[in-house]
Amino acid sequence: MTPVATPFFFYLLSGIMLIGGILVITRKNAVHSALALILTLLAQAALYLMLYAPFVAGVQIILYAGGIMVLFLFVIMLVSIERTMKERQFNKQWLVGIVAAGALGGLFIAVYTRGKEIFPDRGISLSETQNTQNVGTLLYGQYMFPFEIASLLLLVAIIGAVVMAKKRI
Amino acid sequence: MHDLIQYISSYLDPSVKETPGAAGNFFWATVYILLVFLGLSIAVIAMNWLERKILAHMQVRLGPMRVGPHGLLQPIADALKLLIKEDIMPSEADGLVFWIAPLIVTLAAFTVFVVVPFGPTHAITDMNIGILFMLGVSSLSVLGIVMAGWASNSHYPLIGALRSSAQMVSYEVAMGLAVVSAILMTSLNAEGTGTLSMIGIVQAQQVQGTWFVFKFFPLGLIAFFIFAVAMVAETNRAPFDLPEAESELTAGFHTEYSGFRWSLFFLAEYSAMIAVSSIAVTLWLGGWLRPFPNLHGPEIAIAHYWPPADPSLSRGALDFAFSLCPGATFLFLAGMCFFNAVRMPKHPYFRIQTAGLAGFGLLLAFIGLVLLAPPIRDHIQDIFWFSAKVAAFMYLYIWYRGTFPRYRFDQLMKVGWKILLPMGLGVLILTACIGLWVTMHHAS
Repeated sequence: MTPVATPFFFYLLSGIMLIGGILVITRKNAVHSALALILTLLAQAALYLMLYAPFVAGVQIILYAGGIMVLFLFVIMLVSIERTMKERQFNKQWLVGIVAAGALGGLFIAVYTRGKEIFPDRGISLSETQNTQNVGTLLYGQYMFPFEIASLLLLVAIIGAVVMAKKRI
Repeated sequence: MHDLIQYISSYLDPSVKETPGAAGNFFWATVYILLVFLGLSIAVIAMNWLERKILAHMQVRLGPMRVGPHGLLQPIADALKLLIKEDIMPSEADGLVFWIAPLIVTLAAFTVFVVVPFGPTHAITDMNIGILFMLGVSSLSVLGIVMAGWASNSHYPLIGALRSSAQMVSYEVAMGLAVVSAILMTSLNAEGTGTLSMIGIVQAQQVQGTWFVFKFFPLGLIAFFIFAVAMVAETNRAPFDLPEAESELTAGFHTEYSGFRWSLFFLAEYSAMIAVSSIAVTLWLGGWLRPFPNLHGPEIAIAHYWPPADPSLSRGALDFAFSLCPGATFLFLAGMCFFNAVRMPKHPYFRIQTAGLAGFGLLLAFIGLVLLAPPIRDHIQDIFWFSAKVAAFMYLYIWYRGTFPRYRFDQLMKVGWKILLPMGLGVLILTACIGLWVTMHHAS
């Protein structure tokens, strides 16, 4: 199926993402911040869909919006909101903030102006209907070793979490 | 105008064998969305009545009897009551979150039906990530529950929300493992690649000639069992209804909700139940395939009625017998209505109720006769078998509620993490090993 109104959806989703991102850092209530972050992540999943990457979009929804953010909320809900509301929002690190923002802005400008030279100018090579299958073949074929390393890292993290959380094993 | 008619009728061409979403036809996609929404609403209304009636009969009570014959109009009366009830929001509640929470739950519960395959062409659309989409979007509903519990700014809802999020996140793991072991089975074909598409999964069962619940016996059955347990926990139903345990938490996460907002939670709960049952039916019970889809029996012919006009359909005696099932079901229900209309007390007070029940029977009989007409009969087979299998799960949900006592929270966590999860891992590894062995065996 051919895509419809691509620019409209791109700007809509990007707008939602930006607004969500700004809300995350400006809301005083941590629960509101977390909810805005979920909005941003969902819009990001929709952007992946527009990039013909349905598998990544689905994983994004399951892992980030449905899994990690639920655990975030779980913890935040137990924090006393009244105390965090009174605390200072930003810790006034102007120098570091300006340097970081300047570096990021410079990067954006570089990508915007010279992006065509840096990134290969190619059309979509993965077909939409075979996306998951292609991802699977690549992960378990060409990139088998890095993939297994990553899963080993995760295993170590899981065991570490269990060891740290439990006093007596 | 002519183009518009052409656009609409282009999908009705018998050579089009795909869903409206895949064909890119917006008109029919919208029609399908409306039909699915209508069907779901009717199903939720019917479930509401059936659950109260069946639970009542299990406990040797009558259940609703006053509003309409045998309480048939009770759900409608309840819906009206909920709509005109006062909508209360606690003064200390977080207004925006309190307002959004039921919307998120309802949206998540209804959006998943975009990919539910009622038949090879009877789905709104088919996605490459179908099952992943269903699991992902339905896992969003936990967000709504957590938000509802937190925004109410009250103790019981908060405890309910905490329980619910812990429970749903835990059981999602076991559920995911069971789903993966079924998806592995779809890859046992010539190309060796499986599929996540809901329609593709059912077609894989058709090609392999077996429902996945019977595949690699008993591995498929164990995976199905894990899913069947996890899905009850996932929808917060008895015996896993700790988030709304009424004896401990009043009503759990929706204690502070009333009126229309509460009815949204109710609607979402039932449509989520239908959604997870559709996943189970699609993955393990052959989706829209009728029982014994590969047996056809001897070819028979009845003038003007059988075989079907479409030459691609099979024409055996067994096909004929199964094709009569949808109409026969409705005729049976109509017969029950007539039987009970005759048994109604003869007192004048019951005259309207008797007439109403007979009228309802006539409606059901009419639907049954329409379903027996050849052109319609050939097109609703798949929808009927899918719905019948989902209905069986719905009955199971009511049955569980009527029979099992509620789990304690530590027992719930124990079942999820120490029994279902290791079982799911074991089944997954064994399925992969046997699948690999079968593939190599065939290759050599």
